Amino acid sequence: MKIQKKLLDSGVISWIGIFALWQLVSMRNNPDFFPGPASTVKGMIELSQDGSLFRYMGISLWRVMRGWALGSILAIPTGLLLGRIPILRKLIEPFLHFIRFIPPLALITLFMLWFGIGEASKTALITYSTLFTVIINTMAGVAAIKEDRLRSARCMGASEIQIMQHVVIPSSIPYIFTGIRLAMGSSFMAIIGAEMISANEGIGYMIWSSRLYFKTDWIFVGLFCLGIMGFTSDLLLMKLGKTFFRRYGLGRSA
Amino acid sequence: MAESFVPETISIKQVSKSFDTPVTEKSCYILKDTNLSVSPGEFFILLGPSGCGKSTLLNLIAGFTEVTSGELKLGGNKIKKHGKERAMVFQNADSALFPWLTVRENAEFGLRMKKIPKKERALIADQYLGLVGLKGHGKKFPEELSGGMKQRVQLARVLANDPAILLMDEPFGALDAMTRRTMQKELVNIWRQTSKTVIFVTHDIQEALLLGQKIGVMSLGPDSRITDIYDVDLPYPRDITAPEFNRLYETIEKHFEGELWSI
Repeated sequence: MKIQKKLLDSGVISWIGIFALWQLVSMRNNPDFFPGPASTVKGMIELSQDGSLFRYMGISLWRVMRGWALGSILAIPTGLLLGRIPILRKLIEPFLHFIRFIPPLALITLFMLWFGIGEASKTALITYSTLFTVIINTMAGVAAIKEDRLRSARCMGASEIQIMQHVVIPSSIPYIFTGIRLAMGSSFMAIIGAEMISANEGIGYMIWSSRLYFKTDWIFVGLFCLGIMGFTSDLLLMKLGKTFFRRYGLGRSA
Repeated sequence: MAESFVPETISIKQVSKSFDTPVTEKSCYILKDTNLSVSPGEFFILLGPSGCGKSTLLNLIAGFTEVTSGELKLGGNKIKKHGKERAMVFQNADSALFPWLTVRENAEFGLRMKKIPKKERALIADQYLGLVGLKGHGKKFPEELSGGMKQRVQLARVLANDPAILLMDEPFGALDAMTRRTMQKELVNIWRQTSKTVIFVTHDIQEALLLGQKIGVMSLGPDSRITDIYDVDLPYPRDITAPEFNRLYETIEKHFEGELWSI
C-alpha cells in the first residue's frame, strides 16, 4: 500500500503508463510514421555517439537560459515600477496588452533582419518572449498587495523606497516566480521556432533537419529531449524557489 | 530608544469626507461637519453601527486619506499625511502583518526602517513582545499564530516605534469572546503603563465601556458625525456587573435604539 502510494506520488506509475501506451500505439503503426520507444532509444544512441545530441541540447538550453535570464532581469524592475507608479502604468499598459498578443515566432524574420542570423537574434527573441509575461505577472503581484500592508509600513515610518524594498518586492515574489516559470515555457517554444528557421545547431535544428532524411525517430528524440529539458529546468526552478524563497510563500501556495 | 513625541491634542473641526471624485454638490458624504477633540493620553472610543464612518474618520486622523473639507489638526499642525507619531492597529492582522517576517522581525520593522542597529532593535522588540505576552514566540511566523496572537504582534510592532497616538480599528472584532476579554484587559494595562493617546473604533457598547474614558457616538451614515460624547468616569479595571456600568450601557443602548428606529 505504502509503495503504491509512493510510486503514484513520484509519477513513476504515470510514466510507465505513458510508455506502455506509446509502445502500443507504435506497434499498430508504421515505425517510419510513428516510432515506438525502442526505435526512439535507438535513435538517441545514434545521435549521442558523436556527442551531437548533448551538444545540441546544451546549445538550445544555453540560448533559452541566456534570453530568459536577460528578459527576467529587465522585466522584474519594469513590472515593479509600472505596478507602483500609476502614471507610468496608464501610459504603458495599453501598449503592453497589445504587444503581448504578438507571438515571438511572428517576429523571427524581423529579429534576424535587425540582429543578424547569429546568437543575438535568438537571445533577443527569447528575451522578448520572457519580457511581457514577467512584466504582467509582476504588475499583478504589486496590484494584489493589500492596502493595509502598505499603510502599516507607512505609519511605522517607511519611506517609499523602503516600502518598495521591504514590502512591495517581498509581497510580489510568488507572482514574479509564477511569471518567470511561465516565461520559461514560452522561451522553449520560441527557441525551437528560431532554430528551425535559422540555425545549424540546436534541438530545433535537429528536428527540422531530420525531416530531410525522413528520420522520424530522430524527431521523436528531439521532442523527448525538449520535454526532459523543460521538465527538469522547471523542477529545478521550483526547487530553488522553495529553498530560497520559502518564507515569501513559495512552496506553500505555488 | 525610539524618540518620544510631545503629546498633542487632536482637533477635528467641521470635517467632511466624500469619496466621490470630483466632489460636486450632489456628492454623497460619509462624514459631514463632524467635530472632535482628543486630549493627550486620553482613551477615546468611536462607537457606532457598521458603515457609519468610524473607520473613515480614523483613516483621516492616520493621514491615509485627506479631508474633503474642514480642519484636522495635531497640536498646531494640519494633518496632511501619515506620520510616525500616529500608528494604526488594523482590524485584519493577516493583511497588515508581513507574513515573510518572523514575529520578532515584524516587531522590529519600524526600528529597521529607522536604521537602528540590529542588537538594539532586537532588545526593544523583545521588550514589547514581552509586554503583549508573546515572550518566546519571536521566531514563529504569523501564520503559525492564532488570531489573538496576531493582534498582539500588531500591537507590539506598533508600540516598538513608541508612537504618541494609537489608532485602533476594531482590532478585537474578529476574536473569540474569551480572547477578546483578555486582549481588552491587556490593552488597558498597556495604555496605563505607556500613557499614550488611544482612539479605538468599535461597534460593541460593552467593549466601549470596558476600555474608554470618553465615548464618541456616531450617527448613521451617510452624512455621519459624532452626535454625543459620553464620559465614563469609572475606575479601571472596569467591572461589567457594577450598577453604574450597566446604567451607562442602557443609556447608550437607548441612544442607538432611538437612532435606529428613526430610519
